[in-house]
Parts: sequence; structure tokens; C-alpha cells
Amino acid sequence: MLIPHPLLGLRDAQEFTYLGDARLIDRPNGMAENAAEAFHDYVYLRDNPAGVHRELWFHEQGDRSWLIVTRDTTTHEILGAELARDVALTRRGALSEGGAQA
Amino acid sequence: MTQLSGGLIDRGRTIRFRFDGKDYQGHPGDTLASALLANGVTLMGRSFKYHRPRGVFSAGSEEPNALVELRTGARREPNTRATVVELFDGLEASSQNRWPSLKHDFMAVNDLFANFFAAGFYYKTFMWPRAFWEKIYEPAIRKAAGLGSLSFQADPDAYDKGFLHCDLLVIGGGAAGLAAALTAGRAGARVILADEDFRLGGRLLAETHLLDGAPATRWIDRVQAELDSLPNVRVMTRTTVWGAFDHGVYGAVERVSDHLPDPNGAVRQTLWRITAQRTVLAAGATERHIPFANNDRPGVMLAGAVRAYANRWAALPDGPVAIFTNNDDGHRTALDLAEKGVTIAGVVDARPDARSLGRYQLFAGGMVTDTKGRHGLTRIEVAQNGQTTWLDCGALGVSGGWNPNVHIASHHRGRPVWDDGLQAFVPGEGGPVGLSAAGAAAGQGATGAALASGAAVAQAALAAIGVDAALPDLPQAESEFTAPHPVWHVPGKGRAWVDFQNDVTVKDVKLAHQENLRPVEHLKRWTTLGMATDQGKTANVTALAVMAELTGQSIQNTGTTIFRPPYTPVSMSVLGGGDTGANFRPRRLTPTHKWAKAQGAVFIEVGQWMRAQYFPRPGETTWRQTVDREVLATRKGVGICDVTTLGKVDVQGADAAEFLDRIYANAMKSLKVGMVRYGLMLREDGHACDDGTCARLADDHYVVTTTTAQAGPVYRHMEYARQCLWPELDVQLISTTDAWAQIAIAGPNARKLLERVVDGVDLSNEAFPIMACASLTVCQGLRARLFRISFSGELAYELAVPARYGNALIQRLIEVGADLGAVPYGTEALGVMRIERAMPQATS
Repeated sequence: MLIPHPLLGLRDAQEFTYLGDARLIDRPNGMAENAAEAFHDYVYLRDNPAGVHRELWFHEQGDRSWLIVTRDTTTHEILGAELARDVALTRRGALSEGGAQA
Repeated sequence: MTQLSGGLIDRGRTIRFRFDGKDYQGHPGDTLASALLANGVTLMGRSFKYHRPRGVFSAGSEEPNALVELRTGARREPNTRATVVELFDGLEASSQNRWPSLKHDFMAVNDLFANFFAAGFYYKTFMWPRAFWEKIYEPAIRKAAGLGSLSFQADPDAYDKGFLHCDLLVIGGGAAGLAAALTAGRAGARVILADEDFRLGGRLLAETHLLDGAPATRWIDRVQAELDSLPNVRVMTRTTVWGAFDHGVYGAVERVSDHLPDPNGAVRQTLWRITAQRTVLAAGATERHIPFANNDRPGVMLAGAVRAYANRWAALPDGPVAIFTNNDDGHRTALDLAEKGVTIAGVVDARPDARSLGRYQLFAGGMVTDTKGRHGLTRIEVAQNGQTTWLDCGALGVSGGWNPNVHIASHHRGRPVWDDGLQAFVPGEGGPVGLSAAGAAAGQGATGAALASGAAVAQAALAAIGVDAALPDLPQAESEFTAPHPVWHVPGKGRAWVDFQNDVTVKDVKLAHQENLRPVEHLKRWTTLGMATDQGKTANVTALAVMAELTGQSIQNTGTTIFRPPYTPVSMSVLGGGDTGANFRPRRLTPTHKWAKAQGAVFIEVGQWMRAQYFPRPGETTWRQTVDREVLATRKGVGICDVTTLGKVDVQGADAAEFLDRIYANAMKSLKVGMVRYGLMLREDGHACDDGTCARLADDHYVVTTTTAQAGPVYRHMEYARQCLWPELDVQLISTTDAWAQIAIAGPNARKLLERVVDGVDLSNEAFPIMACASLTVCQGLRARLFRISFSGELAYELAVPARYGNALIQRLIEVGADLGAVPYGTEALGVMRIERAMPQATS
């Protein structure tokens, strides 16, 4: 398998370590009122879709960046790869903007 | 043996080889099978279950019968197909699955009880008592049935692996493959042409067709010369592409020196990982047979194989040759052989309206219904219009049509589709992305059609990646094709083999049907059809057609079993690619390894690391003596131990404290500069996952340690937290495990010893208390870090210096500490001291 690293181009999947569902980056706030419930869902519940899946890969034998790779689990087709840090920052921006509006 | 003229063998040179202890001679260009045939040997093996005498059946990698053990001693290799073993001087081969000899096999008694050994026999019979299966039944069955045996010695040969990239991978170097490679090569595309044979040409080598009025080899040689001259084309013979993997990656094995008597230090085989933008599958086709009673005698062969042995290798079994066919291609064998002066006993054609294409006796609408000959075919029984006659013959060529080699196109769950016009499965939808089939593999088997299809498919494949390719000038060739008449087996009472390798007969297929094991995957598992080294290349389609006949379903709806890699057997050695023994995984040495080795240390593997376990001294006879001495010396004086393998992560940035506060279960923000604190890491579900120390060197600079085993995972986790969970924090991480040599100095004299190496730092208990840390220099100016932490409860420090100084530092410490009783100790003494202090042992 080949993963299109946003900075380094096509890299062999052997260079990467797999973690799992990209939704792990949305870690609940441990201080929130419903934290116990939220953490239960966060830690134990995973979707296992047959089809498009966003997932976390670590370029361990490379530049040590975490990527969010969009992969079709039925064909292994890779539809894209982004730096997880960029995605996380964008989300944070979107959340705080949303927060500001609210 | 029938001596023939011609052939693509070099009669000017002789190759000597042995089979079952007897000496024979062959020529360059021969395979083991062709050379044996040329020497009059037709009996080459015994069948899997019934131990029936078997001869060579095919002329290629699909061979079910002629399996031999190759070479001797540690190089012994079981289950090689004699049909693909390139002959070399001094080759030694022996038959397998027989005792005491191939001609007199004691286990042939199994054949007398064949009625008991029908499909599913083992499952039904050896059920009780249950415990007997693993201990008694299975080992006994495995011994009686089977293939060759292993040498049980380490493989002495070298293997390698490599990576290749290309625009177009062409699998197969026959008519279609050569046309495809030529089209792409001339267009300037990066091309890899791989063929499993040692000579390019594929089926063309076995035929007498003319290309542009000349023998095909002339065109092949010309194309090969042109391809060789193109720097963008890599031609790989003796290379089998055995599987398609994700994203255009193909596995291939190149047999670099299998054809040499001894690799002589060179690599024997190379595992290639080929990444191709586009792929043309030009893997040709495999002939199928028509089961009839006692069709497994040596001498009964595929008609195309008979033709190949005659044309390419000038070898045939003794006696007249008969043909049993349901299509015109079978007649071609009779014509080619007649041309060479071979007596044709007759052509039995199942088609009632069959026409004779030459001067031989034709049995139109006939069937072969039985055979005779104990160790080799002597007679066949032919039924025609209710009459039966016996014909004398030494060989029978059987042709039931050709099955396109759809295997690689059917990896990734591509499903072949049945083409009624061709009476064959052709590649269907859903196979490997970027792969298209051409030539006989796509059902375009006639030479002219194969050439044109190879060029056109390559052109289309290149267009898809933006390369403009012109169609090359292709030679004039025959383009005749008739689909086989659908006759799938000859009805009758006798045992008619479908799968020779696994001894599966038409009766077994019927039994599977009767017992409701009708889906092809069930059929396969119940009867073992299509298993083992040939994976049913000559059997599967025939068997499922018989099943379709029984169920009344169409062949399309009956379907094929799933195709999986490898296409042909691949050895574990080459899959390892040389990564065996010491090369199995990276081995990491500590900075003091050289010194420890010189001290006679005994090492132990800790993950990838080699650590000194203990340091025996003259006179010490057991490890226990050594460890006791090391422990006592440390307790009384001072012990020195390399602890570099513990993971180290350097954490810097304005938010370093905040980051570590979140990473650890305990607080790190409150840690004062110049102090160390124990830290515990938890997983999200609350389980402890690692522990270590956290030292604060500056407001915005920490150094944390991890356990040896978790150094990688902890660093990965910290990067995950930094990049994915808290990207807004200003913090940077780097693993410095290998950058710093870290040495523990423990025992009552530890401080005294340290004072002799550090440069002007007050190490008194008040100035440098327990859990203190500092950046300082040692040995007059070498930068270092000192931590007052104890792994074993003593007065202890850990001193870190840049890794390249580790070896010198440990020597200096031992030297200057001689009068303080300084001794090195290993991981064993470390463990003992921890246990004595009731401190937890590392879970790693």
C-alpha cells in the first residue's frame, strides 16, 4: 500500500504505524459535566464501516507526523491524506468560532 | 524414448544429472521433465492419496504430478515441479511419496482400498475417540499421504529483496506480452517484462506456427534484442509475478541462481516488490483435460504438453501417440507429431461432426473410456457409436480446451466471468486496479489475436497515464480459433481423475454433490480439490463444470473459488528475503557494548537491545556466583551499569510543563527546575501503560525517561497527543534515547567516585539532594547531565554524556574508582537488587 504523505509524496505503508478511527482526535473535555459518559463513548465505541473511513497513521519510519488518511476499507483505495495537526487546529478554530457565536 | 529432430535445446553440450540414483544426460534448454522424457523415463511420481504411478502431465508451472525433491542435504527442496526445473550440470533429483522405490511403492496398497478413501473419508472415520485425532490419526494419515519431506536443516543459501517501479508491468513474455512490451518500450515508458520461463516466447516456443513466414523464434529474438537495447525496459526472465497487492504493488520472485549447480555465495532468489502504474496480464492459458476412466497413467498428458515436448524439447514417450480432444487444437498436436514422423494411433474427437485435418485415423463422436499399462500407458479403449476398440499407444494427448490464466486478474476478489463463446472463464470486474488482461489470458489465444491484443491493451493502459504509444508493426500470424465442444468428462464406472495431485475423481465430485457440499468453496474443502502446490490449475474449471452438470446450474452461476496469491509456490526463505538469524530484526548495541564485550560480559536480548547481563570473572563457574559478587560489591563499594536503553524524550517549549501535566497521571508543572519526579502514564481507559522519571532542566525544558520496551510506543503516544489532541500547545519533542549514553553509579561510594569525574560541582547531600538533577561537565569539559535517582535503592546517580563518549566514560569510572571497589554489574544484579528492596520489576 502507498500513502500520499502531504509533505513527502507517496510513501510505502510499511513506514507507518496504524492507530485507528480519526475521531480519536476529538477528545472530550474531562472537566465537563457529562465527562464520564463522553469518555465511555470515546474510549470504547468505534464505528467499523465497510467503505470510506478516516483513520490515523503515524509516519514512524519517516518524519514522525500523524496523518489522517481517508481509506475505503473495502478496496483499500486511499482517497487522501492530511496532517492530523492541521485538521485538529482547523477543528479547534471552527469550534471556538462556533463558541464565540453562541 | 522417441528421438526427434529439432527443438530449442543445445545438442552441442551435454548436462549430466541424476534421478532416483541413476545417471542421465540432457542438454542446455532442457527442463528436468523434458530430459527425463528424452531418456525414456515416464514414471516420475506417486499420487498423494492412492500412491498411483504418475508421469508428467503438463509442460509448465501447472504440473500436478511430476513433483520431485531437488538437491541433497540442507539444500533439499521438496515438491518442485520437474516441468519448470531448468536442467543444470550435477542436478540431483529424487521422486517422493513412495517407499521403498518409485516402481515398487508399498503404500500403493491404498489404491486397493480406494472405495474407503473417498472424499470426506477422514472426516467421517477418524472422529472417535476425539483425543486420538491430534495424537494418532492425523500424524499417521500425514505420513501415509503426502508430498516431499523437508531437510530439517537451515537453508544455507542467501536471499534478497528489492523494490522496482515502472509505468507498465507486463506479466508474461509470450506473443501478447512481447507485443505489449514493445509498444510501451518504443513509447519511452518505463517497462518491466517478467516471465516465469528461462526463455522469452511463452507458448510460441512450443508451436510450429510461422510469424511472417519464419519460425517464431526469429521474431522473438529480434524483439528481445530491441527490448534489451532500450534503457527504459527491464526484461526479467525466470521471474514469476505471484500476486497483486494494493495500489499497483506486485510480488515477484526472480530465480537468480536456481539454475546453477551451486549459487556459490550469490543470491539464490530475489523477492521483488514491483510498483506499477499500469499492468498488462499476458499470462497465457492452461489447457484442461477431459476425465475418463483410469486417465492418470504415465503417458496420459495434456495434448498441448505433448506438442510442447515434441516441438521445443524434441522428446516424447515411446510408442504411437493418440489424441483425445473436443476441439481443433487437439488435432494440431497430431499434425505436428505426424510432421515429425511420429505414428499417430488415432484422434478421438468427442464432436460427432469432427473433421479430420490430416492423415490419421479419426474417431468422430468418440470417447476414450479406459486405459491399460501398470507403470506407463500401453493401450486405450475407444468407444464410438456403441463400439469399443483398443488402440496401442505410449502416450495420449488430451485436450478439453484452454483456460485463460485469470489468476492475477482475480486477486483482490476480481471474479472471472464465463464466456459461452469461448467456453472459458475470462477476467471479470473488480480485480486489481490498473490491470488489464491481454492475449490468451483474456481469451485471445490465437497467435495473431494475441499479438494484436497485447499491443492494443498496452496502448490503452499507457493512454490512461498520459503516454502516447503507437501500435508496432506486428508479424503475420495464424488466427484460427474454435471453441471446445462442451464435453466435461466421460461418463462411466471407473475412476476418472479430475485433480491428479489430490487424487480427486469425478466420483468424489458426485459424492460432494450427494452430500450437499455443492458450493465450489465447500466442494474444494470436502474433496481437497484444487489444493496443494498446483492449486488445481488443470482441475478446477473441469470440476466445477461437473458440479454444474449435477446441479443443473450454469457454469457462471456455479462460479470459481476465490483466487489468492501466490500464483505458484513461493518459498518461505525468499519471503524472508534474507532477514534471518542476526538479520531478522535490527540489533541495537549500547554505547558501552565494545567495552563490556572486552570484559567478557554475557549479553541478553532486551527487545532489540543487547544488554550486559553479568560480567563473569575467572574462577566463577556459575552465573549465580557472578551476580552475587556484583550485588555485594555494589552494596559495599560502588557498581556501574549501562542504563542507556531506557527511553529518553526531550520536551521543550513554553507549554512543556502544561503538556507533561496532561501526559502524566501526576503533576509535573509543580516540579522545580533542577529536580526529578517519578511519573506514571495511563491509557485512556485508566490502565497504567508506562512509568519513568521526569527531570526539569529549565522552565521550558524537561527530559523524561520511559521503560526500555515502551520507548517507541510512548514517544509515538506523546507525538499523538502533541499533534492530534493539543496542537495549540507550544511544545516540541525529540527522542534522544540513542543520543545520550546513560550510566548508573550506585552504592555507598557512588558520590566519592562521581566527585572524581565531575568538574567543580558540589555533590553534597545538601547541594545535590535525592531527586536533584543538573546539566554540568565531566572529565574537564565534556557536557553531561547528572540525575540523583536510584533504580535499586542505593545511594545512586545516573550520569549521561553524548553517546559517543559512553564507552570512554565507563572505562574512566572503573579506572578512577578502582580503590573504591568500582565494578560493572549487569541486568541480572540490577533485578536482584530491586527485588531485595521490594521494588517493582519492569513488566517488560
